[in-house]
Amino acid sequence: MKTQKVFLTVILAIVAAFWIAPVIWMVSLALTPNEILKTISTSMIPIAPTLKNFAGVMSVGLTSRWFLNSIIVTGLTTIFTLIFHSMAGYAFAKISFWGKKVVFPAVIAGLMVPKEAMFIPLFLLFAQLDAHNTYAALILPRVAIPLGVFLMTQFIRAIPNEIEEAVQIDGASRWRTFWQIIMPMSVPAFTSLGIFTFILTWNDYLWPLVSATKKEMFTITTGLASLQGNFAQATELGSLMARGVIAGAPLMILFIIFQKNLIRGISLSSGTK
Amino acid sequence: MKSRSDTLSGWLFLAPFLVVYLIFLIYPVFQAAYMSLFDWDLLAMWNRSMVGFRNYVEMFTSDRVFWVSLGNTLKFVVYSTPLIIFIGLLLAVLINHQGSGFFRALFFSPYIFSVAVVTLMWGFLLNPQQGLIAVFLGWFGVEPIAWLTNPKLALPAIVVTTLWWTMGFNMVLFLAGLQDISPSLYEAASIDGTNSIQKFFHITIPGLRRTMLLVAVLQVIASFQIFGQVYIMTRGGPAGTTRVLIQYIYESGFRDYRLGYASAMSVLLFLLMFIVSYFQFKLSPEED
Repeated sequence: MKTQKVFLTVILAIVAAFWIAPVIWMVSLALTPNEILKTISTSMIPIAPTLKNFAGVMSVGLTSRWFLNSIIVTGLTTIFTLIFHSMAGYAFAKISFWGKKVVFPAVIAGLMVPKEAMFIPLFLLFAQLDAHNTYAALILPRVAIPLGVFLMTQFIRAIPNEIEEAVQIDGASRWRTFWQIIMPMSVPAFTSLGIFTFILTWNDYLWPLVSATKKEMFTITTGLASLQGNFAQATELGSLMARGVIAGAPLMILFIIFQKNLIRGISLSSGTK
Repeated sequence: MKSRSDTLSGWLFLAPFLVVYLIFLIYPVFQAAYMSLFDWDLLAMWNRSMVGFRNYVEMFTSDRVFWVSLGNTLKFVVYSTPLIIFIGLLLAVLINHQGSGFFRALFFSPYIFSVAVVTLMWGFLLNPQQGLIAVFLGWFGVEPIAWLTNPKLALPAIVVTTLWWTMGFNMVLFLAGLQDISPSLYEAASIDGTNSIQKFFHITIPGLRRTMLLVAVLQVIASFQIFGQVYIMTRGGPAGTTRVLIQYIYESGFRDYRLGYASAMSVLLFLLMFIVSYFQFKLSPEED
């Protein structure tokens, strides 16, 4: 059994080395001076390592602006998503109100709407309001996630009613109960939903491409994409890779911290355990 | 139990979500259906003329680019789905046996990158002059290959890029599925003297049937929406061999200024995906 496990570990380690190679290569190129990359660009270890590429792209050009745009859009989208979805989840889980039996299935049916397919009418909506190239246009269409309501409802339903009733006897309103009892107890659910929203928003490509057409309003994702391919202006390889590392860094850090929550979240939302 | 004040507070708590949900998720579906019946010019947005179902007729009968784009989208589904299931399952089984969280995290990690970061890495990996893949194949005496400008190889190259990017998500679903198979089944089989390969085919595979279906459905949904990696890496080229449906919708709307026609294709994509999503819905955890 022991030898079998060692054998398995070796096999996985070899495959893993190939699997992670593109990331290591990107980081290595980002740390190599542009002049060296003109002659050799296939080293997995940076030659004459330097942070000059990072300093360069953050101080000159729009990369730092794009990064800031992404932070603002992703941050606000995540905050709004968490508040709106936990409020809706609380209503569905704990309040018995007229119309609930109709609204809940109607919201869950929204799971079947592919949001990527509907960017043309959304574009028109914001064009008629003259609201493209604003943060609101980048944020608002991304805040409603039916799956998020489903997850929050499930989670809040599992909070015992007794806790809630105890404070309501003291005369606390629904609103206070929500903020002081439900919100603090929902932190585990927030973590999963929050990370997902953050990743999806940070990486969103099609909608920001359609809505934010001014260079100053690009996100780091659409900005980085605009520098690639035959149609983009030639950029120095090291600087380009440094932008890639900058675009990926927040999510890499988030992943290292919340890796377990993220993976558990995927397992849960798939319905398996 | 339904007091008037409960009904009021219920709706008030629901209101913020419901407003964004209705305006930005539901209304666009109906708006797209409406727009698809018009000749609607992007540059003269308030000026439009009703054309009935003419957009749909044009799409189905006389637009070759539409059929090619739909075909490429379906090709992408057909190439990528079995690959993702096979490799995701294989790695999940190996990692499950090996038992360390390190490999699980490592193979999952590409999933967190944005499409632009992934295409940045792979665009250069595949580059015939500067890329690692050319160097690697060179060790075996293979001449550098221009993957992304070869009409036969561009789509497979994008499939491989996507596989690397999203495989980890599916692997995690398989890992979760494996945990759900009762260990007593394997123990019972061991007592009967069954070997590992027989166990794999008689216990593991049937036990993962639901997960496989889920992965397949999710992959079909994702493939229908494929856009970023194609648009950034090849712009749909060479010669339209990688143009996909979303890209053609995008071009019809913003290059040809035909919002009505683009909406008609959106409606079709919506219907196609609605059918597939319905199966996903059926596979989702039941509300109890």
